[in-house]
Amino acid sequence: MATVVVPALLRKLTDGADRVTVSGRNIGLVIEDLERQFPGFGEYLLQNGELKPSIAVSIDGDMGTGGLLDKVKENSEIFFVPAIGGGL
Amino acid sequence: MAAKPFKVIGTRPIRHDGVDKVTGRAKYGADYSLPDMLHGKMLRSPHAHARIKSIKCDKALALPGVKAVITSADLPDLPDKMEMAGEAPVNLAHLSQNLLARNKVLYDGHAIAAVAATSAHIAEEAVRLIEVEYEVLPPVMTVEDAMKTGATILNPKLRNKEEGDKETNVASHIQFKRGEVEDGFKAADYVVEREFKTAMVHQGYLEPHNALAVYNADGKSTIWTSTQGSFAVRALAAAVCGIPETTLKVVPAEIGGGFGGKLTVYLDPIALALSKKTGKPVKMIMSRADVLKATGPTSGSTIRCKMGCTKDGKITAAQVWMAYEAGAYPGSPVGAGAMVIIAPYDIPHMIIDAYDVLVNRPKTAAYRAPGATNAAMASETVINELAEKCGIDQIEFRLLNAAKEGTAQTAGPPFKKIGYVECLEALKNSPHYKSKLEGPNRGRGVAGGFWFNVGMNSSAVVNVNGDGTASLVIGSVDVGGTRAAQAMVAAEVLGIKAEDVRPSVGDTESIGYTDMTGGSRTAVTTGAAVFAAAEDAVKQLKERAAKLLEKKPEEIAYEDGSFYAASDPSKKLTFKEVVAKFARTGGPVSGQASVNLRAVGPSFAATLIDVEVDPDTGKVKVLRATCAQDVGKALHPSYVEGQMQGGTAQGIGWALNEEYVYDDRGNLRNFGLLDYRMPTCLDLPEIETILVEVPAPGHPIGSRGVGEVNIVPPPAAVANAIANAVGVRMNVLPMSPPRLLKAIINKRSGSDTQIAAAGR
Repeated sequence: MATVVVPALLRKLTDGADRVTVSGRNIGLVIEDLERQFPGFGEYLLQNGELKPSIAVSIDGDMGTGGLLDKVKENSEIFFVPAIGGGL
Repeated sequence: MAAKPFKVIGTRPIRHDGVDKVTGRAKYGADYSLPDMLHGKMLRSPHAHARIKSIKCDKALALPGVKAVITSADLPDLPDKMEMAGEAPVNLAHLSQNLLARNKVLYDGHAIAAVAATSAHIAEEAVRLIEVEYEVLPPVMTVEDAMKTGATILNPKLRNKEEGDKETNVASHIQFKRGEVEDGFKAADYVVEREFKTAMVHQGYLEPHNALAVYNADGKSTIWTSTQGSFAVRALAAAVCGIPETTLKVVPAEIGGGFGGKLTVYLDPIALALSKKTGKPVKMIMSRADVLKATGPTSGSTIRCKMGCTKDGKITAAQVWMAYEAGAYPGSPVGAGAMVIIAPYDIPHMIIDAYDVLVNRPKTAAYRAPGATNAAMASETVINELAEKCGIDQIEFRLLNAAKEGTAQTAGPPFKKIGYVECLEALKNSPHYKSKLEGPNRGRGVAGGFWFNVGMNSSAVVNVNGDGTASLVIGSVDVGGTRAAQAMVAAEVLGIKAEDVRPSVGDTESIGYTDMTGGSRTAVTTGAAVFAAAEDAVKQLKERAAKLLEKKPEEIAYEDGSFYAASDPSKKLTFKEVVAKFARTGGPVSGQASVNLRAVGPSFAATLIDVEVDPDTGKVKVLRATCAQDVGKALHPSYVEGQMQGGTAQGIGWALNEEYVYDDRGNLRNFGLLDYRMPTCLDLPEIETILVEVPAPGHPIGSRGVGEVNIVPPPAAVANAIANAVGVRMNVLPMSPPRLLKAIINKRSGSDTQIAAAGR
């Protein structure tokens, strides 16, 4: 099972837990499993069936580039973080 | 490749665009003109906050020479939600309303209408003939006023998740939390808590915004413009005008500075809409006042920072509350500021609350490490106070707590290999730090800084010529030596001289999609694209060499400018010999690559500044400044040093002088460069640079972005130096003479030296 580190403001959805385990071979399936276990996650992370533009994903220390299609390994560590885009 | 010594990368060839620049032949946006061209000008609001009751354009349209007047009614009413425009997220409704106000004006200088006329003077006169009836509303100028209960609301439709259906000026709240912060403070022997205010400041690029647009009868259009991202202009201008994105070609001109402020659009869609309406090319150029009033500065902010440490100097906890001015529409860099503020340190317990707040000021835009300089002013001065309480040297204190490989970042993921410790060590061992600072009212201060690098998308094409040279086309606009640096990457892989690669920046129809020059991504991601494109060319050349040597392609090696088969190394062909026969061996050789980079290494810097304070006037003179920065691998060290010097100079401007000054009615009072005081060379010493090279893991060259992190430490370093010089701890930016003098006088009289921000 992969581990999702829960953003601080969403720990209300996980009864305060800062890490939860999830299944899914890609980010889309991980979010599906999060929503199943902790309803409300999907609304925070998704817009029109895609990852919200304001959110980025770190998988095992690398920033994702494939959105919901990014692959997740059995023991991956996943963070949902604010997107730092251009401009910067 | 990174393990091999480089032959071209790391050298200092003369820049390829240098002659054009110094002879005045380089074409900037304002240099472009077309036959039968019209000139566009904008009508801007004199009020900071007002409802638009009516706009009458009859008199303006009746003026001879006026060909069109447009208002927001001429643009599509776009959806009020974040969407992808091209590859970048943007709220198109807010973008469009910022270009031409719809129903309300939200800041002094907010554009309301645009005129196209046969001359700029006629257009200006016509602007004065447009009649607007306003219902003036109270302006909300500070985050404190905007967050008060019962505050005047800028956007009645704005909601955030925490306040439900309640009207608010708070666009968003982000929180980061690790450990139990109260436990961390209980473990501390010393705790320092301060509140800081930093002023809204502008990027200060010397070239004003400009655009020349032509909309053709066949529905195809072209914009020539000064921008950091031609594909972003294509996406945003097309969306605002409601035309298909790929019917628009954007040609990036040479750019006279951007620093993040030229990543979005202001004039481009307006010139295009006027061209569509008139059927003629339309050129628009902003005045300096327009630039300062109506293009994105970066946020002013209020930050409360509390940190604790043990007697032996280990930081145990940090608690931060930060609110950034978004300007008229959501989107301040407070999220980045929150992720940056304590990132250079390994702190077990922390909580950070960050708020994006609407105020009646211009919509903020990116500015060199957006949000980070404000944040570091708070954290890096509190850290010096803790170091003083512990009696530990300011660099040693930072070394005791510095983030390293494996340290958790603020948002959680661990750092890979980073170079903050190396920056601090380099500064500690520098001639500057080892020198004695003598004389009255002189002080020395250190500060550190962190900034992300983003990857995103870049494309490159390497065309090999029959004479042994190559041309390189990239999609990244050149803001500071990009062409020269990328030519060096291509030359390194091709095994030829940098001078033998001729680089150019393509328009949106001559190169694959490339994101903006910004986000410290160009050397990193475009560098990776150029590297891969050149490797593609070399692979093709090996196939040609195999034909000439009558070997299999997989047998061919390319080393030191020669192709040979491992089985018969005595037979060699030089690069020139192989490319000279391209027409006989399969045709032209062209390498291509488009990349979407995942592995990007962030940047750290540490800056040391000596100052002398005049205790009678509060004026601060910067005596010496040294910036040590982890640059991964410097492609062209001179341009890297230039970036470090430029960022340090801008940071000193933040520290000592630069600020937007508004009056009680919300009108900007300093909209010229005499009154908006940026530092000149007369205000600055020669800025010394130390290039620290800790290669970024996973990158073919080891590059890290070099353009941004250097602006982060200087204000805090200056504040720490002032404290060291005269014993006054400043908590406001800029630390201008009146503010510092007041603090010095307060100290003399024994009252609180922590002064409130004035003039905001």
